Amino acid sequence: MTFLNFFISGISLGSIYAIIALGYTMVYGIAKMLNFAHGDVIMVGAYVCFYAVARYELNPFLGVVIAMIVCTILGMIVERLAYKPLRQAPSLAVLITAIGMSYFLQNTALLLWSSNPKVFPSIVGRGAFKLFDGELSISHITALTIIACLVIMAVLTLFISKTKMGKAMRACSEDKGAAQLMGINVNATISMTFAIGSGLAAVAGALLCSAYPTLMPTTGSLPGIKAFTAAVFGGIGSIPGAFLGGLMLGVIEIFAKAYISSQLSDAVVFGVLIVVLLVKPAGLLGKMTQEKV
Amino acid sequence: MTMRRLINLKRAEARKIYLTYAVVIVAYIVCQVMSSTKFLSSSMRGMLVPICAYMVMAVSLNLVVGILGELSLGHAGFMSVGAFSGVATAILLQGVIPFAPVRLAIAMIVAAIFAAFAGFIIGIPVLRLKGDYLAIVTLAFGEIIKSILNNFYMGIDSQGIQMSMLSDTTRLLPGGKLIIRGPMGISGIQKIATFPAGAILLIIALMIVFNLVNSRSGRAFMAIRDDRIAAESIGLDITKYKMMAFVMSAALAGAAGALFAMNYSTIVANKFDFNTSILILVFVVLGGQGNMLGGIIAAAVLTILPEKLRSFSEYRMLLYAIVLIVMMLATNNAEIKEFLSRLNPFRRKEA
Repeated sequence: MTFLNFFISGISLGSIYAIIALGYTMVYGIAKMLNFAHGDVIMVGAYVCFYAVARYELNPFLGVVIAMIVCTILGMIVERLAYKPLRQAPSLAVLITAIGMSYFLQNTALLLWSSNPKVFPSIVGRGAFKLFDGELSISHITALTIIACLVIMAVLTLFISKTKMGKAMRACSEDKGAAQLMGINVNATISMTFAIGSGLAAVAGALLCSAYPTLMPTTGSLPGIKAFTAAVFGGIGSIPGAFLGGLMLGVIEIFAKAYISSQLSDAVVFGVLIVVLLVKPAGLLGKMTQEKV
Repeated sequence: MTMRRLINLKRAEARKIYLTYAVVIVAYIVCQVMSSTKFLSSSMRGMLVPICAYMVMAVSLNLVVGILGELSLGHAGFMSVGAFSGVATAILLQGVIPFAPVRLAIAMIVAAIFAAFAGFIIGIPVLRLKGDYLAIVTLAFGEIIKSILNNFYMGIDSQGIQMSMLSDTTRLLPGGKLIIRGPMGISGIQKIATFPAGAILLIIALMIVFNLVNSRSGRAFMAIRDDRIAAESIGLDITKYKMMAFVMSAALAGAAGALFAMNYSTIVANKFDFNTSILILVFVVLGGQGNMLGGIIAAAVLTILPEKLRSFSEYRMLLYAIVLIVMMLATNNAEIKEFLSRLNPFRRKEA
């Protein structure tokens, strides 16, 4: 039964990674850039949610919605100011700008909210469902995280495959020039992608800090890197890949912590990533692109 | 006409190399004079060795990012391998070699060998990948090295060197000494790294890299960077050349790590994390990929800048971030680029 307990907490952690990884993977798919500031958007979302709930005593779900709105706007502003002028620039320049943006968000948070860790109140309380005479216990936040991830995944898949905007996104990730010729507003589509990714980051931030309740300006960076790894794991640019990669990474991390060594869990996670990339160089569900001369 | 153009190009290249050496040597003399006449504040004097180490790191990463054209996000990993192996060597040799500069030199050589070996082991899987996947795997290796060194224990007693992982089970005999203490790192380091040693290391690194770049192998690196498929089709062994650049870069990073570590009394693995790798990458990108002098200057400026911004206290890292973003936006802005190229006296006249 402990195995099942570990498995469920792994799935829950993995769901958070998956939600964050979705943001990475969508932005990568469409703008072909590694948005290192994504992890810090999570942190901003968590802070907004924290202040809404703990200071202004709003309903936690309203708090999450406010965080989503703030992060969506933040994501669009960041894209407009820092990334849009670099559309034609070499990818390394964009990468450094994204890292600069990450430092900027972290240090702004440090000035606004100080480095003292805040104790984040769980958005659904600290209760748990007890199953099998209490042998299997699933906390409410774990259950909510898994459900939220499934819902987001389903809605996003529908959005991408059925709506006009989703179609535009797919077209842009395929070929920006051709998409523009077809009358798609490429800039608006990219902006929309950042908006969705950042909104999801806010949800991830609230869920992450409900499960691990210490909130600091650097809270987002490690989960950000892990989620980025998850996105690569599943094949960067692929939405089901981000979902699968996130879940697997979460499960591997919890199992490594439980059965191998808690200090070496990060090494195990990254080790598995390397092995996977050796067998499948484009990730689990990634497309291999054939280079032509 | 073409021949002349080629000769001119060669001359421009040579001029750039001599300019780099000249700038480094002049800067060294100026700093040395300033520090001996007490013109430099003590905090600035303390930064001379780290700046040298970062400059060597910038040169070594430039070989991979600028010349070979592969993105590496885990360069601090090699630095930490070098730092730990170098410092451990220096401590082991404390009784054997009393003359500190020789001990430092041997420590840096050992550090370079260890880091080169790490680079070789990591290079085998990494160099099979491409682009962003290669970048993420170097990031992963950087994190793995950090995790392992954080859990690594090594000591010495009368029976030789004892090692253990995760927890201290070295069971040293009485009189033995634990050197590497897992997350506590190494403490009680003798600060034998000096500014002249740093400058010499930088010159050696520049000589190695410039000679490599202007050799058959260096031209192969650039051919691979510019067009991998074309390079392969003319019979270049891609893996061999990539490995050569990667291992050489790791070795230089290892030596720089040893120099860096021996400027402090304590060193921990967490010092060499993802942020350090990024810091070095920023030097390379801001200095211009493939431009050694640019990387060196960027390393100096960006190490001194946060220190000089100290009067802004809590705003300094924010300012640093803004400077970073604005510089990236400015250097990639077409109008500003045009303006800057008009200022450059060495600009080639015809397109």
